[in-house]
Parts: sequence; C-alpha cells; structure tokens
Amino acid sequence: MFYPTQFDVIVIGGGHAGTEAALAAARMGLNTLLLTHNIETLGQMSCNPSIGGIGKGHLVKEVDALGGAMAAATDEAGIQFRILNSSKGPAVRATRAQADRVLYRQAIRRRLENQPNLWLFQQAVDDLILEGDRVAGVVTQLGLHFHAKAVVLTAGTFLAGLVHVGQSNYQAGRAGDPPSITLAHRLRDLALPVKRFKTGTPPRIDSRTLDYSVMEEQPGDDPAPVFSFLGDPSQHPRQLPCWITHTNSHTHEIIRGGLDRSPLYTGVIEGIGPRYCPSIEDKIMRFSGKESHQIFVEPEGLGTHEIYPNGISTSLPFDVQLALVRSIRGFENAHITRPGYAIEYDYFDPLGLKSSLETKAIQGLFFAGQINGTTGYEEAAAQGILAGINAGLSAQGKPSWHPQRDQAYLGVMVDDLITRGVVEPYRMFTSRAEYRLMLREDNADLRLTEAGRRLGVVNDARWQHFEEKREAIECEQERLKSTWVNPRLLPREDAERVLGKDIEREYSLHDLLRRPDVSYQELMTLPGVGPGVSDAKVTEQVEIQAKYQGYITRQLEEIARHQHYEALLLPAALDYREVHGLSIEVQQKLNLHKPETLGQAARISGITPAAVSVLLVHLKRGLAGVSQKSA
Amino acid sequence: MPRPDTIVAIATAPGRGGIGVVRVSGESVADLAHAMLGKVPRPRTATLNSFFSADGGVIDQGLALYFPAPHSYTGEDVLELQGHGGDAVLRLLVSRCLELGARPAEPGEFTRRAFLNDKMDLAQAESVVDLIDAATAEAAKTAMRSLRGEFSAAIHSLVEALITLRMLVEATLDFPEEEIDFLAESDAYGRLAAISAQLERVFRQAKQGSLLREGMHIALIGQPNAGKSSLLNRLAGEDVAIVTPVAGTTRDAIRQHIELDGVALHFVDTAGLRDTEDEVEKIGIARTWQAIAHANAALLLIDATHGEGPGDRDIIAGLPPGLPLVRVFNKIDLQGTEPRVEENGGATAVYLSAKTGAGMELLHRHLLQLAGRQHGEEGAFMARARHLSALREAGEHLALAGSCDGRVELFAEELKAAQVALSSITGEFSADDLLGEIFSRFCIGK
Repeated sequence: MFYPTQFDVIVIGGGHAGTEAALAAARMGLNTLLLTHNIETLGQMSCNPSIGGIGKGHLVKEVDALGGAMAAATDEAGIQFRILNSSKGPAVRATRAQADRVLYRQAIRRRLENQPNLWLFQQAVDDLILEGDRVAGVVTQLGLHFHAKAVVLTAGTFLAGLVHVGQSNYQAGRAGDPPSITLAHRLRDLALPVKRFKTGTPPRIDSRTLDYSVMEEQPGDDPAPVFSFLGDPSQHPRQLPCWITHTNSHTHEIIRGGLDRSPLYTGVIEGIGPRYCPSIEDKIMRFSGKESHQIFVEPEGLGTHEIYPNGISTSLPFDVQLALVRSIRGFENAHITRPGYAIEYDYFDPLGLKSSLETKAIQGLFFAGQINGTTGYEEAAAQGILAGINAGLSAQGKPSWHPQRDQAYLGVMVDDLITRGVVEPYRMFTSRAEYRLMLREDNADLRLTEAGRRLGVVNDARWQHFEEKREAIECEQERLKSTWVNPRLLPREDAERVLGKDIEREYSLHDLLRRPDVSYQELMTLPGVGPGVSDAKVTEQVEIQAKYQGYITRQLEEIARHQHYEALLLPAALDYREVHGLSIEVQQKLNLHKPETLGQAARISGITPAAVSVLLVHLKRGLAGVSQKSA
Repeated sequence: MPRPDTIVAIATAPGRGGIGVVRVSGESVADLAHAMLGKVPRPRTATLNSFFSADGGVIDQGLALYFPAPHSYTGEDVLELQGHGGDAVLRLLVSRCLELGARPAEPGEFTRRAFLNDKMDLAQAESVVDLIDAATAEAAKTAMRSLRGEFSAAIHSLVEALITLRMLVEATLDFPEEEIDFLAESDAYGRLAAISAQLERVFRQAKQGSLLREGMHIALIGQPNAGKSSLLNRLAGEDVAIVTPVAGTTRDAIRQHIELDGVALHFVDTAGLRDTEDEVEKIGIARTWQAIAHANAALLLIDATHGEGPGDRDIIAGLPPGLPLVRVFNKIDLQGTEPRVEENGGATAVYLSAKTGAGMELLHRHLLQLAGRQHGEEGAFMARARHLSALREAGEHLALAGSCDGRVELFAEELKAAQVALSSITGEFSADDLLGEIFSRFCIGK
C-alpha cells in the first residue's frame, strides 16, 4: 500500500543518529517520519551507559548548540558527571556523564513524541524507492510505501549484523534485536561500497554479587557540571559513584587458555575492530607485558542492579567469560546477567559521501552514524543532526551546509571521513583537530548557534539566551580593552598581589588578563576595576579568549591562507585523467574520491602541493566550470 | 587568493656569470627593501645600491629594481637585486632575504603566481603546468641530494624524537583516564631540550657554510693502487688520503672539497673496488657503491702502464646509467708519454701523472666543463635553503614550547606546529599516524 501522506524527510533508525536527524528536520518545519523497528528502544544506549569524554563531549556540546537533544537528555538522565582533564587547559577539558539507560530513553522519547512535524512509525525498512539516481521513499516489511523527498539512513550495526559469543554466532542487530538483512542485501545491490567492521561489549553483571569494599570509589565532580548550554544541575537525578578494579595475572591466564575458542583469534571474525577500544583478549595478546588492566564498574541506572564493567569487552565463550570475570578482585561471586559479545556489521565507505553526508551515488539519500564507519553515540548524534539538517535543506531545494574544520569537531569528523576514509571504526580525539584551541566545549555555542538559527534548528529560547550571553561577553571585552591601568596610580601592594610585580608602563585590563597567572576574579579586585560581570559563563569566555588570543590569531591567519582553496569548487563531472600534468596515481585517487572542493582534494593523502598547483591552473583555464562557493 | 607570503630565489642559472639576479615577490617586499637597501627604490627604475647585511656591512653593490603590484612579473610587489654574479654573493643575498622573513620559493612558484594573477594568457598555461612538473621533479632530485649524509641523519633523529614527544603529549591530552601518566614518566622538557639542542647543532653547521656549500659530487673510483689517493692529494694540494703501495689501503670514503674557479667540487675517494674476503674492506666497498649512487659524475682512474682491464670493465658495467664518466689514465710518467685528452664518441679520457702533476690542468678544465652541465638544474642550494628554512621555523616553535609553563595544550600546539614545519622535509605526518603511534605503544581503551 502507498501511505497517503507525502513526507519531506524520512529517517530510518531510532538510535542516536536517527533521533537527532529526525528532530532536526522537524525543527526546520519539515514533515518528517521516523521509522524504527521498535519504538520502545528509541534512544537506546547499546554499549556503555555513558555520554561524552575527550573529543566526544565536544561533539555533544556542538549538537546542543544546534538545538539537538543529546546534551539536554543527558542532563536529565546523568547519574555521575565529571570534567576530564580539568587540570589542563580549557581546550582539552571535556564533560563525561554516566547515564541511566531508562531515564535517557525516556528523555529522548519525550522529545520525539512532543516534536511538532515529527511522526513515529514502527516497521522495519526493507527497501528504498528510487527514481533514476534519486531516492523517492522507502518500503517497509509489510510492503508499505512511504514517499519522501529525502531519506536519512541510520542503521547502526543492524545491517547484516552478526553476533559472536565464542564459536557460536547468530544474525542480530544487537543483542536481543533482529538485524536488517533484506535492507543490507538491497543496499549491496545498489553498488554502494560496503565493508565490515567489528565492535564488542562486555558481559553485564548483577551489582548485588560484587564486593565494592575492595574497589576504588570514583565519585562525580562536586558541583556536578551540565552538558546543555541551557542545562542546570537541578535537572540531574540522584548521583551515584563509579568504581575501579583491575584484572590480574590469573585473569590473563584464563583468557589465554580460552583463545583457541575465541572467534577473534581463530579467524571467525573478519571485520576490523577499533584499536582504542580493544577487547580484553586483544589487550592481553598485544600488550603481554602489562600485568593488569583497569576496569571501570559503571552503574546502568538508578532502577536496576545491572552494572557495566567497562574494560573487559569480549567475545570469548561464556564459560571463559564467567571464569575471567570471577578472577577479578571484587568480582569473585559475580553473576553475569548478559554475556559479552562481538558484533560484525556492514558499513559504507564514507569516501562515497559528500560533506553534507548525502551519498554521491544516490541523490537525496543521506547516511549517518555507525554505517559510515564511526563508533560512539556522540559521533553518531553529530552526524545525525548534520544529515537531518541537510536532508531538510535538500527537501527544501536549498544548498547544503556543513561546518568547516576550524568551526567544529563535527566539521573535522566529516572532512576526515570523506577525504581520508576509515581503516578502523572512527572515534573522535582532540588530536584530530588542527584548530584544537578554537574548538572548545566552552565555546561550542559561540561557534554554531548562529548557523543553527539560520538553518532553523535553534528555537527562540535558545537564541535569546545565546544573544544575551554573546552581548555580555563582547561588552565586557570592550570594557577590558578600553580600561587602562596606570603604573603611577596602581598601589604597589595591589600590583604585587594580583600581577606578581609592578607594571612598568600603562596596560589595558585585557592585556593584563592575557598573562598566564592573572585571573579575571583577581583582576577585578584592583582598585577602580571591579566588580566586573557576575555571570560565570561570561567571565569564563572573556578569560579563555584572552589567554588563548595569541594562538588563536595565529590559527586564524593560517585559516585565512587556506580559505581560497576551501571555497574553490571542483566540478563533479571532472575526469582527472584529462588534467594534464597530474601523475597517474594522483589522477586515480582524485577520480576515486571526487572531492567537492580544492581544499578537500589537498587533504587527500598522496595529493602533493604540486598536484594542487596543477589543479589550480587547470581550474583557472576552464573558468566556466569554476565558481565560488557562498560562505 | 591565499595571502601571498614573500618568496625569494636566485633567478639566474647557478655557476659563473656576468650578473646574477635574486628575485623577491610578495606582500612584505617593501619592508624587505627598506631593511636591505635602506630605502624602497623608485618603481620601475634601475638604481645603483649597496645591499646591506644584518650588521650593516655591504654584501654587494648592484642594481635594485622595484616593481609594485600589479605591474610586475608575478603581479605582486617584486624586488630584483642584480649582483655581481658568483654563487657565493647570490647566496648571501638570498640568506639575507630569508633572515628578513622571506621563504625560499617552491619550484616554479614565481611563474605559478604570475599565472594565477592573470599575468599570462591561457596559451601559456600548458607551459606553466610543464614548468611546475619539471621544476618539481628537479627539486625532488636536489632535495634528495640535500637530504643525505650527516644532514639527513640529524634530521631523521630529530623528527623521531619529536614524534615520540608528541605521542606522549597527545596521549596525555586524549587519554586522561588511563593509568599511565605519559608526560610525568617521560621528562617532556628534557626531551624538548635535547631536540632543540640537536636543531641548534644543525644550524651551527649551516652557518659555518658546510651545509650550504653546493657543487658537483664526484666519485673517484678505480682498481686498488691505480693512484686515486695520489690524484686526490694532487687536486687538493695536501695529504688527506693515506697513500701507500699496499693495495686496499683506503678503506673509507674520504671527502675533499675543492674549489676550481669558483665551482665547488666534492670528491669522494673510495676504497678500491675488488673482490675481497676482508670484512672491513667489504664495508669500504659497499660505501663506494653508495657514494657512486649519489654522485653527479665519476672519475675512473686507470693505471696507464696496465691499461683498461677486466676489473675496470666490471666497474663501468656497475655504474648507474647516464652518469657522466671520465677515464683518467694515471702514471704516464712511467710510460714516458705526454699528457692529453681523448674524446671518442662521447667518452672522455684524460692522460696525466698525479705524481708529477703533468696533465692536471687538462683534468681541471674538463671538470669545469662537466660542472657546466649541471647549470640547468635547480641548485642544491635552494633545496638545502628550503630545508633549513623549515628547520628554523620548527626551531622557533620548539623555543615557544619551552616557555609554555606546564600548559600542556599549548605545549602540544607548538610541538605540532614544529612538526608541520618539518613535514616539507619528511612528508606528511597525519593525526592518524600519531594515533597509530600511541596505540602501538600503549594499551589504550576501556
């Protein structure tokens, strides 16, 4: 049957990518349908019950700045909040929270159900409707035809998912859920470049069987931080600590003894897993000299006894899992509630995507999340919101949008994916961002809210809050720059107390604040200077921007140097074999990648500066094919 | 357009000539002129000027020509300094421009800028691509030549040390929940000091000129006791190699730098090539072939009293194809024949006596001719200057890293900038490469 409503955007999948995509498209005013195989698992955290961390927290705040749900839902569901790297500089500080799975799901579900223009429907999707090389809708398991101008696919690990526990394996999307086999076959037919990755989870354990007295307690930060720019600690539910214990040489012996039945080490699993999130058997084999590995004992929620032992992800047979778990200090009597498992799944080579996350092969079809070869809720959510926005823009017939590498971790991630592809599941790290000092958690709102407002995904309340904050920051910066401290009028004891020594000439307050040892609060105690601004969010921004100013100026200069390349569009129809002066290797690479801009081309590995020069000359010769991308 | 930074290069072919031209193009040309000439010359008017060094001394006197944008070769502000030719003077002028903030031009960069600034018509575009192509290939060749020996070893150990330090710093920032305190365990500032010291040493060498000396590299090869060391000593005018009548005495490559009429020639005297069981001598022979692979030309020394034998023919067969080869027949004094040069179908033979010196001037003249053939190539000087410029920039960032006072993210920033500067020498080192280093060294992850 043909479903009578014509939708603008259909989103397939209700995980972290799918929910952000659907919410974003609906916020833009587009008639949006979210298709999921199970409404009960919307917003499910399939892996560890935590959100954020280094690089990931940055992504969550960026999603929040674009009006997304993840940060706000975490504020309502978080049962332990911490700032990582708090002793280091603001650019590398990141928020991390343990979340109650049930509360998180509820927070997401409530947002989905109350979002105008968004409709939920429970049905697995089996096929795409294509008109030429354009997507026109989807077909579900029951044969229902839904039509839409754009489709976002966020199938996670469900595409041809294969779960392994020891030597046994079975088809599944994740433990307890069916996989999407028909859709996977259908997508393979479309000649999209499919590959296989692997990921895994640890066994879950009944908390009542653990001895916490021999573990190290890891409390949350006090006061607890928040994720959302509109969040407040009072939204947090009751807080719980996490616990830390360790594996030992006995554990390692047990694992070695079970390797002959490990799907990883007997060649049953072919997909590549992430190196930064190895299974416990991998850790022991690759780092045999290490006698002990950390395990974080993370509560799954306030209403359950289940805990998630983070650090012992495994696909060993169940008897080995039980023995290794019980060899761990404090786990001697542990009862496993769910076995750990590894899962292999299809992903699509992200080199086949545009920076909008639209597939190059099929117009109007967008991919987001784990099917693009990434891992992590945060990476998925960030891609989801971008894909949702661009599906919306596509449905409106408007040009696509994406943040640049100097604007957001989201920009870094998408650019990495589409210019370099993936060799293992892609996870965000701050070292991936060349403009790390500019891409901070604390200024995600300043970086993206305005773009989000223009795109229609930022509501009035957030916009007003943002504008007030931005104006307060600018106002205070202006005051600091125009207020001068005269050495003759500054009492010596005040100078020594605040600045460490006398000043030899006149300085503006802003100049003084740039010094590493001078804080805003102290500066305000100089005679005639205070009391300053009371809003901590504002003073924090003023202070950080002043401290990093020299570095940021340098980075801005570098960005300006590359700006020209970034904006120079390469015609999609360009056959690089016809570009005289490019080596055959470069021609093949460019024909494979089909970069959208000269900037993207320059970042493809193996593309030399000389090749970029040749492309520049080529573009200039055929001026007809070149246009400047509007900023 | 990208903001045009200021580039400099020698615009005339290297070697001896009447005048040599150094060309500078970019946004800070006027400032540079002010510092170097004491004024900005009147546009498009040749003016006689002194070219000043940093300490106010005069490097050279010559014509200065200033072309403000857009009416110049590149379409940017351009300054041309016409000096008295001679590589040494031109290099001093380039070095002075580098001191003043210019960077060594990339191969073909002036022409590329000219093209992109609409200074050439479309018909010329093809030739621009060819030029970039050719100049890049050539620069790659000279860069390879620049990157060898001690210079190469110094840079590679420098880069390795930097990568290790970056790995520790980035691991500290990206993996705070691991139990390892990457930085505390590693003495980051000690490592930084070691890297900076090494960089400093490379510079000191460069300043002494040993690294910037350009010229022809000539491998001196031949059967044991053909008289290679004697010839070298005669060319050098001092005893540098061990000369004894025992075959196989010279067991190491001995380098000698000789300047003939302003052209630098670098001779590598190599161990005699012959089959041997002696382990030490085997090493010497392996080095000989290495030296030959890097050379611009080879002198094959033959004992004239024996003539060219099967051993000599073996050596000739092993030479890289296309390497210019000069046969030098030594010991004509023992034969009682006259010095002479024989040209036969492109093959050259010089007859002389290293012992008496007879025929040495014939060899000199021929070597200079050979050096002339190198004039088409971009000088190794520019390649080396680019490398040093990258090192200088890296050095500045390392110095800033040293003043970061425990602010790890800023420390990391400067280290990254240092590595980016070095990437022009070592090739790209991506964030993925760095993460790969971290994951292979540390057990990371929950």
